[in-house]
Amino acid sequence: MKTDWKPLMQRVSSEIIKSIVVSLWFVFLTFPLMVMKIRPLDQTIEWRWMNLVYVGVGAFFLSFVWRYLMARKERGSEKEEGDSWQKRIGMKIRSDKRVSVSGLIGVGVFVLIFPFLFSSYQTSIMITALMYVMLGLGLNIVVGLAGLLDLGYVAFYAVGAYFYALMNHHFGIGFWAALPFAGGLAAVFGILLGFPVLRLKGDYLAIVTLGFGEIIRLILENWNELSYGPSGIAGISRPGFFGIELTLQQHTVYLFYIMVALVALTTIVVSRLRNSRIGRAWIALREDEVACQAMGIDKTRTKLTAFALGATWAGFVGCIFAAKTTFINPASFTFMESAMILSIVVLGGMGSIVGVMVGALVLILLPEYLRAFSEYRMLAFGASMVIIMVFRPQGIISGIRQRYEFRKQAQQEVSP
Amino acid sequence: MDYFLELFFGGLTRGSIYALIALGYTMVYGIIQLINFAHGEIYMIGAFTALVVASALSLLGMSGLSLLMLSGVIAMIYSAAYGFTMEKIAYKPLRDAQRLSPLISAIGMSIFLQNYVLLAQTSDFVSFPALIEEFPFMESVTIMRSSELVIVVTTAVATTLLTLFIKFTRMGKAMRAVAQDKTMAMLLGVNVNRVISATFIIGSALAAVGGVLISSHIGQINFYIGFIAGIKAFTAAVLGGIGSIPGAVIGGLVLGWTESFATGYVSSDYEDVFAFGLLVFILIFRPAGILGKTTSEKV
Repeated sequence: MKTDWKPLMQRVSSEIIKSIVVSLWFVFLTFPLMVMKIRPLDQTIEWRWMNLVYVGVGAFFLSFVWRYLMARKERGSEKEEGDSWQKRIGMKIRSDKRVSVSGLIGVGVFVLIFPFLFSSYQTSIMITALMYVMLGLGLNIVVGLAGLLDLGYVAFYAVGAYFYALMNHHFGIGFWAALPFAGGLAAVFGILLGFPVLRLKGDYLAIVTLGFGEIIRLILENWNELSYGPSGIAGISRPGFFGIELTLQQHTVYLFYIMVALVALTTIVVSRLRNSRIGRAWIALREDEVACQAMGIDKTRTKLTAFALGATWAGFVGCIFAAKTTFINPASFTFMESAMILSIVVLGGMGSIVGVMVGALVLILLPEYLRAFSEYRMLAFGASMVIIMVFRPQGIISGIRQRYEFRKQAQQEVSP
Repeated sequence: MDYFLELFFGGLTRGSIYALIALGYTMVYGIIQLINFAHGEIYMIGAFTALVVASALSLLGMSGLSLLMLSGVIAMIYSAAYGFTMEKIAYKPLRDAQRLSPLISAIGMSIFLQNYVLLAQTSDFVSFPALIEEFPFMESVTIMRSSELVIVVTTAVATTLLTLFIKFTRMGKAMRAVAQDKTMAMLLGVNVNRVISATFIIGSALAAVGGVLISSHIGQINFYIGFIAGIKAFTAAVLGGIGSIPGAVIGGLVLGWTESFATGYVSSDYEDVFAFGLLVFILIFRPAGILGKTTSEKV
């Protein structure tokens, strides 16, 4: 049988022409910044013509990939969404006790022996990752469940960290005594922020919370009498272990277990909260504010609890952060940090606890292990945020709504 | 009194720059309801392009007004091109996605562009040539510098042109139509994609104007200048009432004066605190902004 090559050839050549156009466009775009470089000292220009070739060739091939993924995405959205493999696996794990219990035990055992399998450097990275898991879970309450876009979440983190640092510095109060109060104080700040912004919605809320975060950071930077300004506070004590002196390495292991316990606690509390009366009120508020009020849900109280409960976790993590690094200054609490936590929540999958965990682990661990490309990692980070949003906006793991199914025997009905 | 006037003109200059950047925010927000977080980076790229081009041209022996104009125009073209490309890559595929997705994508774009300039150019502050020369007739004036005068006048001209464009041209009419009701505009034959692209191009070019002028006034830039300028400009846009073009200008000026007087009479450490405090204050008492319309909610 004779194949008709003509349409295929036409298609191939049109695709190649498209890619050439894209590649020329990017060569034009990047020309002044990539090829020319000012040498400030002698006021001459360095010409880097090789970059032009790299950009051209790179854009040529990437545009194929981009168009292929775009086409796939469009085809994918035509299909029924409910039947994705992920949902099926999710439901399977949920419904089948054996799978979920053995999975949990497996993860639990791995986590418990982790510090003995890996070096203390690895453990330390893992502690950071777990801290972000907790921050992500906290922000998930505000953004994922209650749908209030908070871009100043780092402020509460700073409140917790500075509370412990100052208490320790001035009064010698230990980690364990400070921890609950750090969370409580952060909750108070959450309510303080929550009150004025109750009436605001969506993007206005986002920008005010961003402003709030910046205000807190600027106050910390400039109020030298309180916070010691940009030079920060050093020599914060590590968590005490029943009065026993620990070596640095033992401290890392100890902190790791504290973190594991706290993450477990957070997970339990957040998942219980989500399915509680208040959690359902948050979700209802996210979906439709007016309908929610019509159903008799107190909007003010619901929003304020979301802010307060979200902030609490940030306060806890702040306290741990201060104890881990033993040194804090305002530079740790910039907007980039808020953006990082927000991207953990969004990339992982809003509203999904497992998603937030995966998001935090991927976003914190991947750059750590890609240190070889350390120069390019923020570049890759920004690019991957865009790419994931474009091709998988629901995040890595999308949240599964709790479903209640009536069993065959009508008596055993599960109340919602 | 001289001190007061100095602060007044300082605030006016600052406010003009905020207004130029805020126009881009407010136009984009008006049309697709997106906080274009990367808009500040477009401003930064405009400033960097102007720096490179101006250095290259001055090696060729160009100087004075022609140098300013040429590097400014090239910076505008490049910023517009970046804005256009950014919309096609990061926002267009997300037009029907849930609200947070484009915002995250914008934050990602902002990080990407910052680091792109950091890697392609430098992480240090680089000095920016003073492209705006001192006018002879300004020599006796102490309360205002020539570059400040240029900035204020340019902003006034740019805003007037933009207002006329929006009011009288076909594209301007299409923009207003899309801002009011995208679906209806589409049904009436407005090419929404082209309108959105045009919005990004115009907004980015205005940001480049702001970037070139203020960099030349201040004298140094680095890859991070876009972030804080972007946030301030967004604050200005919200202050004035987002989506409204005169609002962006008024918001920019109010913000500029607030900062200028607060730093001049109170304390310079808390410059940004005043800006954000003002924002919070306005939003509590007048959430739609100074010129924004309070819309009643439909159920």
